Amino acid sequence: MLVLVIDTSSAAVTAALVDVSGQATVRAERVTINARGHGELLAPSIAACLSAAGVAPAELRAVVAGTGPGPFTGLRVGLVTAAVFAATLGIPTYGVCSLDALGDAGRDEPALLVATDARRAEVYWARYARGARVDGPAVSRPAEVPTDGITAVAGQGADLYDFGVPVRPERYPPPGSLARCAADRVRARAPSEPLVPLYLRRPDAVAPGAPKAVTP
Amino acid sequence: MSSDQPLVLGIETSCDETGVGIVRGTTLLADAVASSVDEHARFGGVVPEVASRAHLQAMVPTLERALATAGVRAADVDAVAVTAGPGLAGALLVGVAAAKAYALALGKPLYGINHLAAHVAVDLLEHGPLDEPCVALLVSGGHSSLLMVPRVGGEDVVELGATVDDAAGEAYDKVARLLGLPFPGGPPIDRLAAEGDPDAIAFPRAMREDGFAFSFSGLKTAVARWVEARRRAGEPVPIADVAASFQEAVADVLTAKAIRAAADQGVEHLIIGGGVAANSRLRALAQQRCDAAGIRLRVPRPGLCTDNGAMVAALGAQLVAHGATPSALDLPADSALPVTDVLV
Repeated sequence: MLVLVIDTSSAAVTAALVDVSGQATVRAERVTINARGHGELLAPSIAACLSAAGVAPAELRAVVAGTGPGPFTGLRVGLVTAAVFAATLGIPTYGVCSLDALGDAGRDEPALLVATDARRAEVYWARYARGARVDGPAVSRPAEVPTDGITAVAGQGADLYDFGVPVRPERYPPPGSLARCAADRVRARAPSEPLVPLYLRRPDAVAPGAPKAVTP
Repeated sequence: MSSDQPLVLGIETSCDETGVGIVRGTTLLADAVASSVDEHARFGGVVPEVASRAHLQAMVPTLERALATAGVRAADVDAVAVTAGPGLAGALLVGVAAAKAYALALGKPLYGINHLAAHVAVDLLEHGPLDEPCVALLVSGGHSSLLMVPRVGGEDVVELGATVDDAAGEAYDKVARLLGLPFPGGPPIDRLAAEGDPDAIAFPRAMREDGFAFSFSGLKTAVARWVEARRRAGEPVPIADVAASFQEAVADVLTAKAIRAAADQGVEHLIIGGGVAANSRLRALAQQRCDAAGIRLRVPRPGLCTDNGAMVAALGAQLVAHGATPSALDLPADSALPVTDVLV
């Protein structure tokens, strides 16, 4: 039961083929750290995974995509790729909050903070108790993130800001964890879900006032 | 695949229209467009992030609508073409990623093509093949260019001139705002102009007699100065006359230069494309001047002049039919793609 996994919510351009029949087993993965390379790198990464695993697209059961939160332009590349890839093959799509994959990777932690780079001196964050999300996702200044009682922090935000707790090794959403978060839905043949990006911010746009006079 | 009549799907997301078109050779089968123009109206112009969000939301529904209209299955198409540029970077990226996903999932060749060349090639869907060279005038909210096109749908295009400042459509939007008309400015100005006197105010015709470049920034400022002077004097602003006189200045410069370019290049055909080609005065004046100069004019119907996926598919089909080399899967979106790069 093979699924294509895509996540472009961070600087890690992620594609993988994961077998979710039993424990999520990664059959092929390509993860490239390039914050501005999603548009160019993602499709070749998927092609490389298919080729490495010797799998044809028609053999895939579903596409699982990280829905963010993450920088908008890169995030959209992953979501539109997942949506169109699945639509043309007639297979379902399942969305996973990208932070949940980091939460899943740290599911032995009683109180985990996941923090990723939201740029503009902010982080996207969520809190997890043994893998289950208990707060977030949200976007805040690092000082405003509730850190009471946390036992560890995961995600690239931990490299950028000091949260005063041990730092776990996972920096970006691990492909196997992304697949695990959707595995029940894949196995149950749940209805396909629209992939709705978690932007968490409105577009920066302000309605203009009256036109400025050109005559001095 | 029938090599001279390939079935091609085209995707367009360079601005605020999500377009998916399907053609067989030069026959239009589907032209599905979802526009986010209403979401931009209150900002007085296209907001890139708003446009990009709308493209993501509209992509699969628009794709499915195009396939249903054409009555073909996704796997039936011979190739996928997509606008690789020029346009808004974040918006282009959505379409390029969608096209790659389609091509990769179904093992189809991918063609990243130039938006401006597609505005010319779309005429093949309306008027059929053109076996002679032509001059093309492309006028929209983002572009104003004169091109020498040895073969419509071919890989060679020579730029004769382009705007040095505002695009013609941009001048329409700015003048509309000044007159209290809605965005986009083209349709309301065109409607008002029909009731006004095009000779009421002599607005400037920048660089009318020199070269093939355009300038519309001074015209826009001249209109603003004229209107402000009226308002300051406490006099009413005859907005129909302002609209008609402004529109006349734009149409006069565009057509005068296009006719001169055709004569200069020794070609007998002129194609006009882009959103501003939907303007009634531009179409009428171009026809009148082409008739007088013995030039044959080809202007697609307004629905094919504005941005759409069919124009991308139309150009893609020509490239496929002539054996062009497909693009690689790492095809970049290029917001400033030069018009001379027809295929990336």
